[in-house]
Amino acid sequence: MRLMPWHQSNWDARAAGNFIGGGGGTGLLIFAALAGDSLSDYRWQAVIALILVATGLLCVLAEIGRPFRALNVFLHPQTSWMTREAMVAPFLFGCGAIATWQGGGSFSALAALFAVIYLYCQARMLAAAKGIPAWREPKSIPLMISTGLVEGAGLAVTLGALLSGATPKWLAGALLCALIVRRLAWKFYSEALVSKGAPGKTLEVLARFGGRFTTYGQSLPELLVIAALFLGSQLVWLLPLAGAAATLSGWALKFTIVARAAYNQGYALPVLPIRGQGRAVPGVKPGWSK
Amino acid sequence: MTRYIMTADLRRCIGCQTCTAACRQTNATPPGVQWRSVLDIESGEFPDVRRSFVPVGCQHCGDPPCMHVCPTTATYQRDDGLVEVDYEKCIGCGYCAVACPYQARHITHRVEFAYGEPMASESARFDARRMSVATKCTFCMDRVDAAKESGLTPGVDPEVTPACVNSCIAGVLAFGDREDPQSNVSQLLDETQHFRMHEELGTDPGFYYIWDKK
Repeated sequence: MRLMPWHQSNWDARAAGNFIGGGGGTGLLIFAALAGDSLSDYRWQAVIALILVATGLLCVLAEIGRPFRALNVFLHPQTSWMTREAMVAPFLFGCGAIATWQGGGSFSALAALFAVIYLYCQARMLAAAKGIPAWREPKSIPLMISTGLVEGAGLAVTLGALLSGATPKWLAGALLCALIVRRLAWKFYSEALVSKGAPGKTLEVLARFGGRFTTYGQSLPELLVIAALFLGSQLVWLLPLAGAAATLSGWALKFTIVARAAYNQGYALPVLPIRGQGRAVPGVKPGWSK
Repeated sequence: MTRYIMTADLRRCIGCQTCTAACRQTNATPPGVQWRSVLDIESGEFPDVRRSFVPVGCQHCGDPPCMHVCPTTATYQRDDGLVEVDYEKCIGCGYCAVACPYQARHITHRVEFAYGEPMASESARFDARRMSVATKCTFCMDRVDAAKESGLTPGVDPEVTPACVNSCIAGVLAFGDREDPQSNVSQLLDETQHFRMHEELGTDPGFYYIWDKK
């Protein structure tokens, strides 16, 4: 029987896929709606966003043991963030579909509103998993929300450049702001895990990932956006690269947190039992940083 | 009100795993799935070393995180404190398993038996409803429920007491009603020093570990 925290085996890459598709898709839906007329083609952006969210949900369907009972997921809105996420989904897809058909309009705002709620549900869903220290840390909530927004802005920037050949400056600025917020959220999240204590292997995984993430997922896209915005219009081609780096790093972040750093609580004794003539000694918490 | 709990006197446990075997025999859990198991913890440095044996499993928490996250209400808490799973409702999403800080939940997707072909006990107790859904220790719910008809007392009469408690050769495990001050477990806890695992997580576990006399 294992004592030290071991990696949970119930949620794998398919679960990470739900957070990746859900976060990226809802983020894109939000920024596509915010862009309004400044992005020439709302339809394509919305379609891609809805496909991403749907792919995430299909990943979940592929993971659950009894997919034919999937509708039971709607039975516990009182406390389950998974139910709440599922309940928002039909409204998200309904409004998104109408907005796509209309090419924007008032339903795009409604779709964006439901996207915000969906993204929030996803963040809370992870934080409610009390058995996984890397997830239950409350600072994972702003991290998951901010990375969803980064991915959305990154996708909007990249798709805008690919579909219409132009990216509004405010959108590039929004990507930069979202990146800065995510940088702070990652910093506070990582520091909280270290200061409160976490499974040693969780900290190892996050430390290994953190270096690359900060360099290629944060600093690189931030510099590219700054260069494109402030060093002359001839560098505007850097924006889709920045968007892609920001988006892909967000997906890597979620994959790492959900499928790589998810070591469980393990076991601990606050005090060791007195056996025979022994005396009380402090307990043990194998595999933890503190 | 009734709150059934279990106690484990860690001063007595010798790590024989009889409780584990009894649980597997009673509940016919598949290979690799142990609703009740015993940790063997070595600690300290020579010459001051310790060895502790710690029975673990579902703690039947008073505030169970597995129940709160369950999207289907398959995980529910009974009036007597037992936390159970409705196999017909569960979709096997695994959310409860990642929400449980005691690693007490198991999901198996393949029919497996200890020696390939099912033994008589496995055949008799095989339950297809348990495939691809969350399973865990039930505190032998069926036995506890039988007490209502027989008038026997869970934790006192073996017929209505969990199998692991009945089987324990060292008198480590005890079961009973924490809300009844006269119950075996209440009296045991009154006389001893005890803790609950991961209590800081606010789950109000229903499994008490006794580590010394008062």
